[in-house]
Amino acid sequence: MATVTFKDATRHYPGNPKPTIDKLNIDINDGELMVFVGPSGCGKSTSLRMLAGLEEVNGGQIFIGDRDVTNLSPKDRDVAMVFQNYALYPHMSVADNMGFALKIAGVAKDEIKKRVDEAAKILDLAPYLERKPKALSGGQRQRVAMGRAIVRSPQVFLMDEPLSNLDAKLRVQTRTQIASLQRRLGVTTLYVTHDQTEAMTMGDRVAVLKDGYLMQCDAPRYMYDHPNNVFVAGFIGSPAMNLLDLPVVDGGVKLGGYVVPVSREDLGGATHVTYGIRPEDMDLSTDGTGLELVVDVVEELGADAYIYGTAAGVNQIDTDGDGGSKPFLARVDGRRPPKRGETVHLKPKPNHSHVFNADSGQRLGK
Amino acid sequence: MSASATSVPQVGSGKAPKGKVGAKASQASWVVKAVVWIIVFLWTLPTIGLLVTSFRPTTAQFNGWWNVITNPTQLTIQNYQDALTTGSNPMGGAFLNSLAVAIPATIIPILIAAFAAYAFTFMDFPGKNVLFIVIVGLLVIPNQAAFVPLFRLFNLFHLNGTFLAVWLVHIGFGMPLAVYILRNYMGTLPKAVIESAKIDGASHFTTFWRLIIPMSYPALASFAIFQFLWVWNDLFVALIFLQGEPVMTVALKALMGQQGQGYALLTAGTFVTMLLPLVVFVSLQRYFIRGMTSGAVKG
Repeated sequence: MATVTFKDATRHYPGNPKPTIDKLNIDINDGELMVFVGPSGCGKSTSLRMLAGLEEVNGGQIFIGDRDVTNLSPKDRDVAMVFQNYALYPHMSVADNMGFALKIAGVAKDEIKKRVDEAAKILDLAPYLERKPKALSGGQRQRVAMGRAIVRSPQVFLMDEPLSNLDAKLRVQTRTQIASLQRRLGVTTLYVTHDQTEAMTMGDRVAVLKDGYLMQCDAPRYMYDHPNNVFVAGFIGSPAMNLLDLPVVDGGVKLGGYVVPVSREDLGGATHVTYGIRPEDMDLSTDGTGLELVVDVVEELGADAYIYGTAAGVNQIDTDGDGGSKPFLARVDGRRPPKRGETVHLKPKPNHSHVFNADSGQRLGK
Repeated sequence: MSASATSVPQVGSGKAPKGKVGAKASQASWVVKAVVWIIVFLWTLPTIGLLVTSFRPTTAQFNGWWNVITNPTQLTIQNYQDALTTGSNPMGGAFLNSLAVAIPATIIPILIAAFAAYAFTFMDFPGKNVLFIVIVGLLVIPNQAAFVPLFRLFNLFHLNGTFLAVWLVHIGFGMPLAVYILRNYMGTLPKAVIESAKIDGASHFTTFWRLIIPMSYPALASFAIFQFLWVWNDLFVALIFLQGEPVMTVALKALMGQQGQGYALLTAGTFVTMLLPLVVFVSLQRYFIRGMTSGAVKG
């Protein structure tokens, strides 16, 4: 087992104006499941492949334990990887697929068989050991890919979106299986995904990347409650946080007809801030104070209902830059939702507001 | 083809809305089938004629082979006996010579080309693309242009008249196409499989033998068939570089006298030369099937 350390690790493809990964600094603890998450093109797969040795490191260093692996070839790094498309060897049986690395390493035949059988038992693959990959279902192939990694008992598991080729139901099952398997084996794991739900449910810690930069790296719960910047605030959480451009007034931030109390030190003299509030952190107020919202759509999910509406006098910030207008979203009691066309008043729950610098997007206050 | 042709009428006999589509599709497939059969018939007809002629006695050669329909008893295997045993170059010995030429001249270029194609596909080295273009560009050089220089070169090393000389010529002229076909095929193999092998600790050599070669069987087999047929049917190279060791084509030509006598022996000899290529084709054609890589990656 080992820790993993990225130290100013940089990947700059020749011909690109800026690095794909720019000075990534991250420590992964021993036995930890670290999830890299971000939109496509953020460099999460590239950083994983740098650790695997499949991408050159143009600057900085990467350590596994105390070993500097920056310039080692993949086979000398003692890592195992699960690919997005599984990358099984099509002409080999499941058993041979799983034992291939051991065979190359010169492990004795009965030892290989023992370890393959063990892994097959863990993954419920025992009945399929003699089959070829093409005779397996998607989920089974995915498990073979996992088995191939487990059999080697490496220092680090690398998983590159291993669930994205499964259907939705299987994905949810498998993600729990992988997480519990990882905890049982206790192998340090770097897991890459674009799905923030996967990141939140699986990771001991989650690192959010954007355009090659690390935005934030924290435990899922903490990140949810304390996003460091506007990007993380908008990316983590589903449905996404409401992000509004609001003026600063005496005593706080003016949200419609309501002033959200924010201390003067936190605001630091700004006249405008980006204000974030999660849909579930709003209450319907009965006394007519708060943010006035005209309900356009009501989504009733049973336990909860989400109301989408246009709020008077506030602008949603276009965080994903697609130019589409975003409605204001709030979660309300599913048993007594307001009707479409109704006007409601919403009040943020105390201490659940997030305030960010309007220019830099950095979090203001704690 | 046959699978779709048999399944379509079943769909057609099914429920009403699908019935029309099915009927149309099966009609189209009947037209296609008929056209294919006509083409097959026309293309095979001369060969059938040759086959029939080869079993007719010399005396009957001068009326058309279709007379066998009205006179079916007039058949003999005398032509085959004569072709195999008589003449200045008996075909039995020529058969062995042809094997000695064709087998190495097929296997060696495939092996070398597979190594080269692997390097061109999966390794990075300076000048890679230029080198590849040069090799493929060699395809435009006609064999005939190179024969005189080659003949003189081989003379220097006393190679003329040896099997080695013919092998070298066939290897050299087969290589550009082989590299081209194999590289293009290997380029379609999933990159992740190679990367996975890298992480599993496989060297280039192991990756090549244990993964790339098995996964490239369809391309290897199709090139093997082409190269084998080309070498087997070659007369020119053998005539120039292998004097004294007649191969099948040379022996076949020798069956016929300068005035065209021995016409009957020629038909039988032709079928003897065709036997092995047929066996090669039939035994390798199952590798032509696509989908050797299915199961490697999703889909």
